[in-house]
Amino acid sequence: MKRWLVLSLVAAAACAAPLVAQSGAPDIAYDANADLLKLPDTIHLGEAAGVATNSKGHIFVYTRTGAAHSSVGTSRTFYKAGSRLFEFDQTGKFVREIGQGVYGFNFAQAVKIDPQDNIWVVDQGSSNVIKFDQDGRILLVLSRKPEAISVRPGARGGGGEGRGGPPPEGRGGPPAEAARGAGAPGAAQPAGGGRGPAGPPGSGIPGDSFVRTAGVAWDKDGNIYVADGVATGAGNARVAKFDKDGHYIASWGQRGSEPGQFNSLRGIALDAQGNVYVADAGNKRIQVFDGRGTPKAQIANIGTPAAICITPGAHQFLYSSNSNDSESLDNGEIYKLELDGKIVGKFGRAGRLPKEFNMVNAIDCRSENELLVGELGNWRVQKITLRAR
Amino acid sequence: MIRCFTAGAFVAMILAAAPGYAQSKAKAQNVPEIPYESVPNFLKLPPNLYLGEGIGVATNSKGHVFVYTRSGDTRLFEFDQNGAFVREIGQGLYGFAFAHAVRVDPQDNIWAVDEGTNMIIKFNPAGRVTMVIGRRPEAVEELTNFTGQGGYSGANKPYSFNRPTDVAWDKDGNIFISDGYGDSRVVKYDKNGRFVKSAGTRGNGQGQLNLPHTIAADAQGNVYIGDRSNARVQVWDNDLNFKAIYDQVGSPWAICISPGPHQYLFVSNSVPDNGDSRAAAQTGEIYKMELDGTIVGRFGKAGKALKEFSTVHEIDCRNPNELFVSEITDWRVQKIILKAQPAKTSAGAGK
Repeated sequence: MKRWLVLSLVAAAACAAPLVAQSGAPDIAYDANADLLKLPDTIHLGEAAGVATNSKGHIFVYTRTGAAHSSVGTSRTFYKAGSRLFEFDQTGKFVREIGQGVYGFNFAQAVKIDPQDNIWVVDQGSSNVIKFDQDGRILLVLSRKPEAISVRPGARGGGGEGRGGPPPEGRGGPPAEAARGAGAPGAAQPAGGGRGPAGPPGSGIPGDSFVRTAGVAWDKDGNIYVADGVATGAGNARVAKFDKDGHYIASWGQRGSEPGQFNSLRGIALDAQGNVYVADAGNKRIQVFDGRGTPKAQIANIGTPAAICITPGAHQFLYSSNSNDSESLDNGEIYKLELDGKIVGKFGRAGRLPKEFNMVNAIDCRSENELLVGELGNWRVQKITLRAR
Repeated sequence: MIRCFTAGAFVAMILAAAPGYAQSKAKAQNVPEIPYESVPNFLKLPPNLYLGEGIGVATNSKGHVFVYTRSGDTRLFEFDQNGAFVREIGQGLYGFAFAHAVRVDPQDNIWAVDEGTNMIIKFNPAGRVTMVIGRRPEAVEELTNFTGQGGYSGANKPYSFNRPTDVAWDKDGNIFISDGYGDSRVVKYDKNGRFVKSAGTRGNGQGQLNLPHTIAADAQGNVYIGDRSNARVQVWDNDLNFKAIYDQVGSPWAICISPGPHQYLFVSNSVPDNGDSRAAAQTGEIYKMELDGTIVGRFGKAGKALKEFSTVHEIDCRNPNELFVSEITDWRVQKIILKAQPAKTSAGAGK
């Protein structure tokens, strides 16, 4: 790996200049198929938060659709439904739904397919990462969905718990753990929701307790890297690493803007050397780490990276979407980069028409020139074919 | 169609109402009556569909009728020009929560306006979404606005609980309920569900409880309470009087007493569900004990792989050598076969 950016890390962090997207990058010609996926009459995509392909070219879409439900007539508010996972074949024909009614399917964030074609679902609502095998059976679950809604620490910055009352279900354990978990000052310790000893803001606990999980990726040994989490201002802001069986290995990061700090993680990807690329959207940069969490570089001229993807193969490329937010149709272009951050080109802009993008939240780049792009704002997945320049 | 009378009458109608009425009385006077009829039962729904509040209606160029209704869910139905049901549009749609209007544009696209999700949704004539404007607020951003855990109440009522946790029976069928997160007690009922007695307050003294999470009874009618946050098993007699404490096996999330002439007590010192790897390093095992608290042995450790335990929440021990163990955090049940121990050991009897 090149280390050309390492020295600039300090300078970039100290510099208050706005990190703007690279408007001078060359345009890449492309075509789009906005009508690829054929759904049954009774099924509609909602916000297409996640899209991924497996080795056979089947397409998996994890979408925020239907309504999330909460129960009434209970002293606490329980929360279910809100998202569904669909599989299509390589032509876009509907194959099946996977995980119907699964406990942790609440607010879709991402779906990823590992090299063994296992299907990994990342949910912001439950904060679960759920591994399904090819047959749709659950093999592994990381983190735990809050039992009742307000167990979650304040998504808007208010510490939700640890302010009097009994410890919630499951925070007991050994007395020392319970005491520390319940006794942490709620507002001062948003990370992990007061579930552990206070550490730097956003650093979470050493384990699989996530807050609005953002993404998942693997190295060649099958170790699991989780980007945790999406929220700005409160909650977790770190990367957690586990072995292939889900045993905790390490965690790095906290809330902030220095190298190695995060503010609203939106995605994670690894290259063939095991370097970890994290979409640090709130800081308008992609940070690059080695597999142990040592900062190596940052890529900071591509706007707000709301979705990233690294292609397989001998020459790997990095795609990053400078997605618009829900109150604008500005930006929206997707960058193609070398792994060292050099921009190859860009394509697309924000809008509602075919070929345009509205709040891209997922890019699948198993094929370098045939991308699948999932949009929150247009409730669709587009197949993008990049033409040779 | 009759186009009605004067425009002036309409202008008059929209002027201010008298105070106290939402709808004003028309000022137009001596307006001629128009004879009319209503077509009975025009819309014919399948037997399993019902209209709720009739919030929106519109027709397309072919005379098809679209009805946007607040039914059990907010739904959009299409009928033909004769009122025959054609189909539902947008079933389970992310943008449907609380209907407000439906319109059909000159190209026969169907537009739904939903005041619950704050969205405008455009369907093509085939009923597929082609555009949306506005955005349903993110559910995760709303989560902190809901009712919380509820505090400890200690209400101690005879027939109502506060997050009860478990149930057990003695040989006469008396019912014992551990209650729970919001109370700290055990409640006894007779086999017909009539209240007998309640015992226990929050605390860490003898006979006090802090999160009674699991309960079982032995053949003599003693009850064993997993006093989870106090990290001990308490044994009470059949009248809920304190007898013993076993505090050498961690925090009992799940206990089970096997049947038969020689009963065993299984206790799970479950790994906390908060994912903390430091706690996982020192918890997660299950103990097999004699009823007097003598430890027969232990098995398992925290983790998500096969044979590991990810926050055990209940144990079935109908056969003490073939257990079923349910786990919170890896969403599964394992069947555990216990093999004969090479050499019997005992350690740490209860006090």
